[in-house]
Amino acid sequence: MKTIKEINEKIKKGQVVVVTAEEVIDIAEKKGAKKAAQEVDVVTTGTFGPMCSSGIYLNIGHSKPRIKLGGGICKLNDVVAYVGFAAVDICLGAASLPDDDPRNKAYPGEFRYGGGHVIQELVAGKDIRLEAVAYGTDCYPRKRLETYINIKDLNEAVLFNMRNCYQNYNVAVNLSDKIIYTYMGVLKPRLGNANYCSAGQLSPLLKDPYYKTIGIGTKIFLGGGIGYIAWQGTQHNPNVARTDKGIPKAPAGTLAVIGDLKQMSPEWLVGTSMLGYGASLIVGIGIPIPILDEEIMRYVAVRDEEIYTQIVDYSQAYPQMLPGTLGEVNYAQLKSGKIIIQNKEVPTGNLSSYTKARQIAEILKIWIKKGEFLLTEPVAYLPGPDSGYTFKSLKERQIIL
Amino acid sequence: MTSKRIVLHFPHRLVDQPIVYRLVKDYNLQFNILKAYVTPQEEGLMILELSGEENDFNKGIEYLESCGVRIQPLSQDVIRNEAKCTDCGVCVPICPTGALVVDPLTRRVHFYDHKCIACELCVKVCPTRAMEVHF
Repeated sequence: MKTIKEINEKIKKGQVVVVTAEEVIDIAEKKGAKKAAQEVDVVTTGTFGPMCSSGIYLNIGHSKPRIKLGGGICKLNDVVAYVGFAAVDICLGAASLPDDDPRNKAYPGEFRYGGGHVIQELVAGKDIRLEAVAYGTDCYPRKRLETYINIKDLNEAVLFNMRNCYQNYNVAVNLSDKIIYTYMGVLKPRLGNANYCSAGQLSPLLKDPYYKTIGIGTKIFLGGGIGYIAWQGTQHNPNVARTDKGIPKAPAGTLAVIGDLKQMSPEWLVGTSMLGYGASLIVGIGIPIPILDEEIMRYVAVRDEEIYTQIVDYSQAYPQMLPGTLGEVNYAQLKSGKIIIQNKEVPTGNLSSYTKARQIAEILKIWIKKGEFLLTEPVAYLPGPDSGYTFKSLKERQIIL
Repeated sequence: MTSKRIVLHFPHRLVDQPIVYRLVKDYNLQFNILKAYVTPQEEGLMILELSGEENDFNKGIEYLESCGVRIQPLSQDVIRNEAKCTDCGVCVPICPTGALVVDPLTRRVHFYDHKCIACELCVKVCPTRAMEVHF
């Protein structure tokens, strides 16, 4: 048994033993979970995939004369931002688009430039063109504002993602006779390809399946800088079917994360265009898992072969909210490049970069080894499978006129 | 035998000439058309896999150049912007010729440009638009 405090003492003294979630697998197999838990102090995880519920908020500082953007209209590089706040606070989501983007009118839409791209350019230090219209008040008389803004001049620039870092995700396929364009990529007809989106054995929440160490307040690698877990993510769904080892077999837990955008880098926040679907942002996240005991070691030692997920038809079942799946596969099968569905060999593609996930886990390992990154105790735990927390569908009700 | 994938740019004045026919008839070359565009009043573009005896092949290329056709190897036209590629691999099952492949150990995505037929399916499928076509 170890405590986070003891691990932090080791980090400060330069005596900490840190390995990645990939490296720990062989260590646990060779030495056994008990001995491995004594020897290894921290396991680093990583993931790098499109995360559409990402966004930023900014405070641009007051203009002279003053303007109140709240209730007005604001665009950043033509992409529509949200200003339903006070005077100069602006919120931008990764999926936002310019008003004149044709969307899917020219099907499939290309979505070449959206909120995710603005976020990447802002982080890269590029000037962003701001255009705003306000209604004017006695204390905020100005009605129009056109200027460039730069991240270095902003009071605050904060990344806040309300749902990230999914604990497992579906494999998407297309059973129909026509090509479809989804957030899981382009899916060719009649089981032409199977797309998945997870770092599997490197993915943070798959390595702490019951949220025993990852909780609210946990310090993390976020977009190349330091961030924190703010809350459970939206659609957090801990109570799904799990394997004997407790690993969810379908999309389950999620995280809401927050961090200072000014420390982050365009290498780890990448604007994304999903053909026929929309704009998004690829986010790099890495979470350290303190090895407090043998049980935590057993969780982090889980390998791709032991992590299963569901194959879902995105031509009918997913859009129409129909229950049932086409079976389950593990991540070792997915990574082999082909899986069998309905007796057909189907090539697989990953939307989440395993190479980048590996790099994130390595960077976090180096930060901890150098003593630059101390671990945090969660201030509260995420709702677990027995919490009664569920993910509900919308109950539509008739509007009464 | 020589076999190469080449991109031919035809100036406007050659668009109505039976140039490829001459390659077959006079130079004994085999061709497989991978892609062709003819834009009226502008220019023509054709991507060919051209094969034959080395001597014939070289003479055929000389003939094309003498007519005013601009020739580039295909591998220079479809490139991957390494700064944009994140090695995710979503392009891999989309590529019909196996030119995009995941390395099983490093999990990096390799682009084998000699296998590319410039179908451009990967271009719009790539979430970061890392695949670029420069015809």
